[in-house]
Amino acid sequence: MPGFLKEFFNRNGTGMGLTILLLVLFWTIGLIILPQLSMLDFSFRPNLPPPEIGGPKDVYTLENYQYLVYGPEGGSQDYNSVDLRVFFRTLIAAVCVTIFNLILCYPIAYYLGQSKGNHIRIFAMMLIIPYWINEILRAFALRIIFGETGVLNTIFVGLGIWDTPFDFIRNDIALYAGLGYAYILLMIFPIYNVIESLDHNQIEAARDLGAPWWRIHWRVVIPYAKPGISSGCTMVFMLSAGALAAPQILGGPSSLWFTQLIYQQFNDNNDWPQGAAYAIVLLVTCILFVLAMMRLFKVNMGDIGK
Amino acid sequence: MSELKLTDVAKTYGPVKVLKDINLDIQTGELIVFVGPSGCGKSTLLRMIAGLEKISGGTLEIEGQVMNDVPPAQRGIAMVFQSYALYPHMTVRENMAFALKIAKVPAAEIDAAVKRAAQILQLEPFLDRLPKALSGGQRQRVAIGRAIVRDPKVYLFDEPLSNLDAALRVATRIEIARLKEAMPDSTMIYVTHDQVEAMTLASRIVVLANKGIAQVGTPLELYETPDNEFVAQFIGSPSMNLLPGKITQTGPQTTVQLDGGGVAVSTIPTQPEDQGRSVNVGIRPEDFVLTEDAPVFQGCVDFTEALGEVTLLYFAKEKDDASEAVIAKLPGIQRNLRGQTVSVAAAPEKVHLFSNGQSMRP
Ligand SMILES: Nc1ncnc2c1ncn2[C@@H]1O[C@H](COP(=O)(O)OP(=O)(O)OP(=O)(O)O)[C@@H](O)[C@H]1O
Ligand SMILES: [Mg+2]
Repeated sequence: MPGFLKEFFNRNGTGMGLTILLLVLFWTIGLIILPQLSMLDFSFRPNLPPPEIGGPKDVYTLENYQYLVYGPEGGSQDYNSVDLRVFFRTLIAAVCVTIFNLILCYPIAYYLGQSKGNHIRIFAMMLIIPYWINEILRAFALRIIFGETGVLNTIFVGLGIWDTPFDFIRNDIALYAGLGYAYILLMIFPIYNVIESLDHNQIEAARDLGAPWWRIHWRVVIPYAKPGISSGCTMVFMLSAGALAAPQILGGPSSLWFTQLIYQQFNDNNDWPQGAAYAIVLLVTCILFVLAMMRLFKVNMGDIGK
Repeated sequence: MSELKLTDVAKTYGPVKVLKDINLDIQTGELIVFVGPSGCGKSTLLRMIAGLEKISGGTLEIEGQVMNDVPPAQRGIAMVFQSYALYPHMTVRENMAFALKIAKVPAAEIDAAVKRAAQILQLEPFLDRLPKALSGGQRQRVAIGRAIVRDPKVYLFDEPLSNLDAALRVATRIEIARLKEAMPDSTMIYVTHDQVEAMTLASRIVVLANKGIAQVGTPLELYETPDNEFVAQFIGSPSMNLLPGKITQTGPQTTVQLDGGGVAVSTIPTQPEDQGRSVNVGIRPEDFVLTEDAPVFQGCVDFTEALGEVTLLYFAKEKDDASEAVIAKLPGIQRNLRGQTVSVAAAPEKVHLFSNGQSMRP
């Protein structure tokens, strides 16, 4: 038995340890790994009517993946430009949402983490309570704000600043706002957690050593908060790339999110293998992208857990 | 020459007055120690000098220039923090070079300055380590090194040794004393809780209490001629005994009839109009000697502590009031005194007199 397991059992006792271990294994294997493996399996099979499943035609194939790149066989285009464009647009938009979120949340997290007093508790509560409202309602509330006859347009047109209503939805502004808003907490709290443990003397020392405020952040606070920042960014990126409700409700009619394509494959086309292949491509690309970013910014995997 | 001058300096946090009427004149090359009870504003005063805290009133001058609104880095001071405040992601070298880099000093000069500081502090083998790979004492030296490379006019230390264990504290204290000797022209201000640090390091001690300065003086001045009861009791350990009484004889020597029954004679002169005045007689525990005749104090020994080189006697309190128990510190080992009634006296030149909390010394 490896040392850490032995220590684990010593600490928790055999019965309790075994229970915990089984629960964790059930959770990771039964609820996460096995379903994902079956998805992976799906993605390599042709879409067959139920009687033919397990029959001679049910062989492993790459056609679902090829479809994403090349489109339907004998199609008019060399590449599946519609789906590919949606795919890359989704990734780029998710990166933008993440960066936007970071810029918005870092100052808030810094403020919360470094000031003392009861008002911090109230601030945190004000941040958390809106999340009791479910995602759909929040998204539709944003539609009320951004819609053609929504609050913003009524105000701006009423004040005479714009002549005609501005279409926030077609321009994806509503979508970005919705996605940004949806994951604010996931960005704020990891950063807040780290910054809260930053010794305020380090900031004062930097002031004493002559650093201007931006340099204090650049050289002292941000390097210290890096684990929190990377953990927040990873979560926000993954979740916005995989978001469905916000794009569905707030996205413009012409701009699909890749998850919407996946949803269509599963639901409208009833083509599970194709949907699974799309989902796997999205998942793997996101993971590779995150790993690459972590390498670029010299973040360790262990830091993410902080 | 006056290096640093505080005139009527005050600090308020909103409606709360933390410090007021701070007047202090510090000469070049002095090592000034701030002491005082917890929360009396030592750190606040130091941080005001550093520029990390706004000065609410009065002026701060460094080398004759008013510095109230000058940013910290341009005051010619460098602060060493209690928690070291080293940057965990920077090596020792980068930590020490931080200020110079920000000041855009040429790389060669930075290198030379870091090397010189590392040499003084014996940090050369550690220059490329991260702070987490250093011991507490080494980290403390890096924090000091970060100040040294800037070659400041005034060094500020806020309880620099309080995170070290007892043995290391003594060693580092001696190192700081050596460092000060090696840099006779630099001025240092040092905040501490530790009396021994204050007594051994300071050229002058500033005792802070009740939002102001209780007394400024050399360590021995504070010990031998405290201006008031607060300083008398704050300096020295165990603290000075205060025994209430009435003056019965004035003149070049003063006699006091103590409420506890004894009689104390002091070399502090008094005027005839002081006759009958209520005073507190102050006697340090170590100034008591055992006596047979004419005791200043007589009481039952409630408890003893034998420390080897001295023995502390704690006398039983007469009444169960809030007053402190009288303590005597006798040289050597004194056996079998517990439970006995013991008489102690003190030489007249060791007897202090306080009226209304202030010393009656002219
Ligand atoms: N930001 C603040 N707002 C209000 N009061 C403060 C603030 N900072 C400090 N104080 C008060 O100022 C007083 C002096 O604090 P300071 O930290 O200078 O004490 P100190 O003498 O350094 O104490 P210690 O020996 O415990 O370090 C304290 O009573 C403290 O409560
Ligand atoms: Mg303090």
